[in-house]
Amino acid sequence: MEVTETKNQAGGVLKRVAGPVVTAVGLDAHMYDVVKVGNEELMGEVIKVDGEAIIIQVYEDTTGLRPGEPVENTGLSLAVELGPGLLTSIYDGIQRPLAVLVDKMGSFIERGVSAPGIPRDKKWEFRPLVKAGDEVKPGSIIGEVQETNIVHRIMVPPNVKGGKIRSIQGGSYTVEETVATLEDGTEIQMMQRWPVRVPRPVGEKKNPTIPLITGQRILDGLFPIAKGGTAAIPGPFGSGKTVTQQQLAKWSDAEIVVYIGCGERGNEMTEVLTEFPELQDPKSGKPLMERTILIANTSNMPVAAREASVYTGITIAEYFRDMGYDVSLMADSTSRWAEAMREISSRLEEMPGEEGYPAYLAARLSEFYERSGLVTTLNGDSGSVSVIGAVSPPGGDFSEPVTQNTLRIVKVFWALDAKLSQRRHFPSINWLNSYSLYLDSLSDWYDREVSPEWNLLRTWAMEVLQKESELQEIVQLVGSDALPEAEQITIEVARLIREVFLQQNAYDAVDTFCSMSKQYDMMKAIRAYADQAYAAQAAGVTPTQIITIKAKNDLPQVKFVQDYGPMLDGILKSMEAEFTQLRSSA
Amino acid sequence: MKEYRTINRIAGPLLFVQKTEPIGYGELVNITLADGSTKRGQVLDTSDELVVVQVFETTAGIGRDSGVRFTGEAIKMPVGREMLGRILSGGGKPIDGGPEIVPEKRLDITGAAINPYARGSPEDFIQTGISTIDGTNTLVRGQKLPIFSAAGLPHNNIALQIARQAKVPGSTEEFAVVFAAMGITKEEANAFMQDFERTGALERAVVFLNLADDPAVERTITPRLALTTAEYLAFELGMHVLVILTDMTNYCEALRQIGAAREEVPGRRGYPGYMYTDLASIYERAGIIKGGKGSVTQIPILTMPGDDITHPIPDLTGYITEGQIVVSRELHRKGIYPPINVLPSLSRLMNLGIGEGHTREDHKKVSDQLYAAYAEGNDLRGLVAIVGKDALSERDRMFLEFADLFEGKFVRQGIDEDRTIGEGTLDLGWNLLATLPVEQLSRIDRELIEKYHPKFRAK
Repeated sequence: MEVTETKNQAGGVLKRVAGPVVTAVGLDAHMYDVVKVGNEELMGEVIKVDGEAIIIQVYEDTTGLRPGEPVENTGLSLAVELGPGLLTSIYDGIQRPLAVLVDKMGSFIERGVSAPGIPRDKKWEFRPLVKAGDEVKPGSIIGEVQETNIVHRIMVPPNVKGGKIRSIQGGSYTVEETVATLEDGTEIQMMQRWPVRVPRPVGEKKNPTIPLITGQRILDGLFPIAKGGTAAIPGPFGSGKTVTQQQLAKWSDAEIVVYIGCGERGNEMTEVLTEFPELQDPKSGKPLMERTILIANTSNMPVAAREASVYTGITIAEYFRDMGYDVSLMADSTSRWAEAMREISSRLEEMPGEEGYPAYLAARLSEFYERSGLVTTLNGDSGSVSVIGAVSPPGGDFSEPVTQNTLRIVKVFWALDAKLSQRRHFPSINWLNSYSLYLDSLSDWYDREVSPEWNLLRTWAMEVLQKESELQEIVQLVGSDALPEAEQITIEVARLIREVFLQQNAYDAVDTFCSMSKQYDMMKAIRAYADQAYAAQAAGVTPTQIITIKAKNDLPQVKFVQDYGPMLDGILKSMEAEFTQLRSSA
Repeated sequence: MKEYRTINRIAGPLLFVQKTEPIGYGELVNITLADGSTKRGQVLDTSDELVVVQVFETTAGIGRDSGVRFTGEAIKMPVGREMLGRILSGGGKPIDGGPEIVPEKRLDITGAAINPYARGSPEDFIQTGISTIDGTNTLVRGQKLPIFSAAGLPHNNIALQIARQAKVPGSTEEFAVVFAAMGITKEEANAFMQDFERTGALERAVVFLNLADDPAVERTITPRLALTTAEYLAFELGMHVLVILTDMTNYCEALRQIGAAREEVPGRRGYPGYMYTDLASIYERAGIIKGGKGSVTQIPILTMPGDDITHPIPDLTGYITEGQIVVSRELHRKGIYPPINVLPSLSRLMNLGIGEGHTREDHKKVSDQLYAAYAEGNDLRGLVAIVGKDALSERDRMFLEFADLFEGKFVRQGIDEDRTIGEGTLDLGWNLLATLPVEQLSRIDRELIEKYHPKFRAK
């Protein structure tokens, strides 16, 4: 993120330096103005005004800064650059492209280096979609650029008044060159800037009705999130948050993916960086990286930039939404973001709220999640931003402030469970504690696109799982042999749902993505076993015989086969044969 | 360089110096006492009126008459190849009676963050010879994998065994060990030193010792000195460096002590709110640089107060490191060495370093199956305590026995037993799995079963 236009402002001087928060005096500044601190011109942002004293959070390491060094106000707020060149980029928390930083300063991140968020010298082929004399409004699409396999639509910035177009011409342009001029003389470039802390305007917010298909059985099948919805994944460390987030980034059927690694591990970001370019979209066959923007601010990068990274990400997501795309945004992890707020707040010596978090934690979280949604854009198209936030509760305790404040806002809760991950049940999402409030609004879609039976099958599966957890309590006390026969079968059916349907191997080439129709077929097969099992038991077959049916043992293998149809048919046929034989001998 | 005699207040490890010229944040400070001896410190807060200095040694003897000099630069560590085989204090001074180190370079000890884009992918399997690590929680080069232990458990023996046996099969590249002790007892330090000498590992090691009776505040720089050295050996000399940091709990206590002295608003259990960021600035200094030769692999050791894994120290650590090896008191009581409980243990980078081309194609699935079967057997133990063994179904009894076998054969091994990954660990896993009926091995595909299962191999 580069601030080029500097207004002439009275310069200030540094008064105090203590970590990432510094104090300046003699500076004419407003809240959230971007300032340049010290001789090295480190980037910072005004976060408090206290009489003469201006308190600034600095986005780079402050070691060596001395009182008396100059501080200069740019007069601009922290903004991102939006335009062709965003896709496939990898940024730090303040939109500096990491690849460019490597070229400028080597393998380690030094400070005082700025780099533009999108390349200035690259030329893009601009195709106009309107002509001179046409009336345009803020948000109107005036042309397009083939950026990757994604078409980047060029819009009138929301803060431009609009009017009649005086001239517009196709051709090869850099992002800063004027592609169109309005009657009143306003020049429009492909690049626009937008302050990260301000939501981009929309026409109207709508209620979501289409699920975001992720290829993950427990998510699509049991706890779906809608396009434009919000979800939280809280879980202790080691329970699979990051893998789940990465699976969503890889396979969700959004058109654009923004992935924010906020205060996470460097090596895990490397894994994302090396793996994503090799992955292909299961539908288009194009590299997944072409629709992806990554923001990597690892835990040892400056804390203030970590605070900003979440806003940088959501602003980019909104920009693509305004073009009429479905965008999904993953933030891993929002707890690290909240902790960055806490750290800055404690350095400001603010009165702490719960567990030392600032009192405005809940407000910041809800402002962030509220920037999601299915909308009618200013141009009249439909676009969405779905937000999926990971939460890392200390000690896995969901009663802590970040989890609780998040749950008050989001509509989908995927509760990760350390117990499940310890027994290598992945994804280790607890099916009893999780929920989705979108089930009703999405049920029409499932009826129409999957099968009218699907909603019934899902309800049935949830009932079996619920029943199993009750039965397990009894088994813990008296042993499984003491259960009535029908209930021994329920336990077996529940085991199949867990091991066949819910468990999914993210590292298996086939099982990593499971289409909705395959999910339906798998669940239907389990239901077929259950129906025949109860019927056989009623006909006098013993549970032990029913449980030792051989054919069902092959069901898990279906997961690992691409063209599973013949195999599944075979299993169902031999299962039927086995049941027929059992019943005839009973 | 101007000397100030304007110390106004001394509180714990902090000095408050008045009326100075502009002083840089983070600068190194030299303090001269009345008797001529010197101490070192660092600037924590600087403003026109007051500079706060944190002293790395005891403040005993410092008074308002002591002189303070600000050096104008951040703390730097002299580094060089000669450091191999040397023993240094927690503050980086030689304590083995040898000569001063002639530096090849002087490096800033805070160390800049590696640009995530410049990181290489950690995927070289490190064979430690310990089945519970190699088989089920694999360590790879460039990883940071802590040992979560508790008072009275043999974590030091495990760390030593890893340091002794760790190798990348088939690799002949140069390696080194950097060992940093923070607040451990002389006795523990001796055990480490004797083992290093016995095995000849000392030649390839740089040792930093901050013992229990050394100043606590010094502990806050010891790991940074060690990592600066490790980065030099790895990224400039191209060596593969294993860094052992013990005990991180003492480090965190020192952080809390400084936080309290500065009268900061405390976070959870009195630890400073920035402890996550501070720990990250240590742990994240593990890794590989794309296109570079060397690597830094970290094994921090921490003792969980009250065996509590949700305590802020293990909790924040677990959120930064790439997994954890959990040492269990229960297994230790059963007399099993190494008492590693695989259930809460995890290696996040495991999948990058195993499978075909790294270890063996069946590694991942065998590991998953062992986990699942052991977890099931372990759960049943609770049930047996209530209803007795007779009430169990035949299937349950098999899993119960599997859990005992797993602990007795797979987990338990000799302190000098160095198992290879293929025949030593994975085949052992298969032999244990063979006690279960084949159809219970739902995590492994048919093909692999037919290739590796002892029942089929025998044919």
